[in-house]
Amino acid sequence: MQIFASHLSKIFSRKEQRTVAYENLNFKIKQGEFFCILGPSGCGKTSLLRTIAGLETATSGELNIQPLNASKSGSIGMVFQEHGLFPWMTTRNNIRFLLENNVHMVNRDLDAIVDEFIDLVGLTTFADYFPHQLSGGMRQRVSIARSFANEPDLLLMDEPFVFLDYQTRCALHGLLLDIWQRKKKTLVFVTHDIEEAVFLADRVLVMSAHPGTVKSIIDINLPRPREFLTLRKLPVYQDQVSELMELLREECEPFKNNQSA
Amino acid sequence: MLKNRYFWLFMSPLSVLLLWETSTRSGLLDARFFPAPSAIFYYLIFTSPGEGLWADISASLYRIFWGYLAGCASGIALGVTMGLNHTVRMMIYPLVALLYPIPKIAILPLIMLIFGIGEMSKIVVVAIGSFFLVLINTLHGVDSVAKIYHDVAQVYRIKKHNFVLRVILPGALPAIFTGLKLAIGYSLVIVVAAEFSGADAGIGYLIWQSWETFSIKAMYAGIFVIGALGLAFSLTLSFFERRLTPWRDNDK
Repeated sequence: MQIFASHLSKIFSRKEQRTVAYENLNFKIKQGEFFCILGPSGCGKTSLLRTIAGLETATSGELNIQPLNASKSGSIGMVFQEHGLFPWMTTRNNIRFLLENNVHMVNRDLDAIVDEFIDLVGLTTFADYFPHQLSGGMRQRVSIARSFANEPDLLLMDEPFVFLDYQTRCALHGLLLDIWQRKKKTLVFVTHDIEEAVFLADRVLVMSAHPGTVKSIIDINLPRPREFLTLRKLPVYQDQVSELMELLREECEPFKNNQSA
Repeated sequence: MLKNRYFWLFMSPLSVLLLWETSTRSGLLDARFFPAPSAIFYYLIFTSPGEGLWADISASLYRIFWGYLAGCASGIALGVTMGLNHTVRMMIYPLVALLYPIPKIAILPLIMLIFGIGEMSKIVVVAIGSFFLVLINTLHGVDSVAKIYHDVAQVYRIKKHNFVLRVILPGALPAIFTGLKLAIGYSLVIVVAAEFSGADAGIGYLIWQSWETFSIKAMYAGIFVIGALGLAFSLTLSFFERRLTPWRDNDK
């Protein structure tokens, strides 16, 4: 699935107040690529992702998602900051419920698919647990399993690991890359974490804040499969991290001038 | 033991009854107006059944059952509809706000005018009382379903009936149970009040008759039965609540 955005803007109007979420965005996301949207909080990156998901509409500009817009037959998967698992469904049912509602899954052996993906994220023993009985990392694993099991053409992830501790986050990065490489989906991943973006992405869109605009789109030229411990020692990795740091540091400058922070 | 729910289930009422028993026996309370609990229980178990206690209980239970069932079912249905459809909500809500505070027993004469003095009017008044409590709590429950579940349902294109039955309804279920519990207690209140006048059977009728004939023990027997029914209803609903909402920590 490919995404084209041209002059895309979103403005929230509330009485007299006008808040620009993002403004005049132009970018293209290629079929099968891992695309990160990186930016400081409040730069409208979540809003942009929700627009792509169809949960919000842009105020102006054009967003073309192919073939979704053309045929309506494509599908989207999404992983949220907070897991969004239904508390009244077990791991198994959380995954199965979405499959039951997926028109592409008619006549498929849903139980086999559910088992496959529970196994893929290593939660076989927790298949019949409710979300509140799982740890935060496990819940996000269910959430990831759920999104991939649907075989979407496009996967959207909104800072899915932001509330997890460092070790769990590293483990889930590895898991995510592993599944993504096997299933080859177009994946759009929103984050404010530079290293996370460099480690995961093929390309990184850097956003500036207030209003959110495209500052730069950077190619990440790192070999795959990636392994964090070896990757972080490579000069090219460190260069890319520094490059992004420089770009984002400029975003912090305004705070120095006026004491608005 | 002091942290055991079932221990206190018996101990709390038992201590009050014990206090009452000793007060009456020691003469602190007038035994004509406050007969000893032991005497009331004796009367309840050995005398009341011969005076038609079972007929009274079953008459009240019949009215509560159908009234409560109809009121709760329509309350849940309308509450979910109002919660999901903004237009319906705006249309209906002013009426709910207007009608809810009217004491249901105050409209019993009107209901008897419409439905006659028979069973139907008592069932209807119980239904109306349950309806509002369940409706308001259901509406609150639907509102309390977090936005993220709406988002998940929209992104993954959950079909409408699945969204209502498997997302909204379970999400609202804890609040719905609050409504169901309030409504069952209120149903008892209403049915007894309705039976005070214009009834020839029922626990309310029993209490009123006993008062008029100064059968104080029979009157207390009726009151005890109401208490026991209230407790039984409440325990039954709690049991179902625990079974139907296994994702919640229902240990309170």
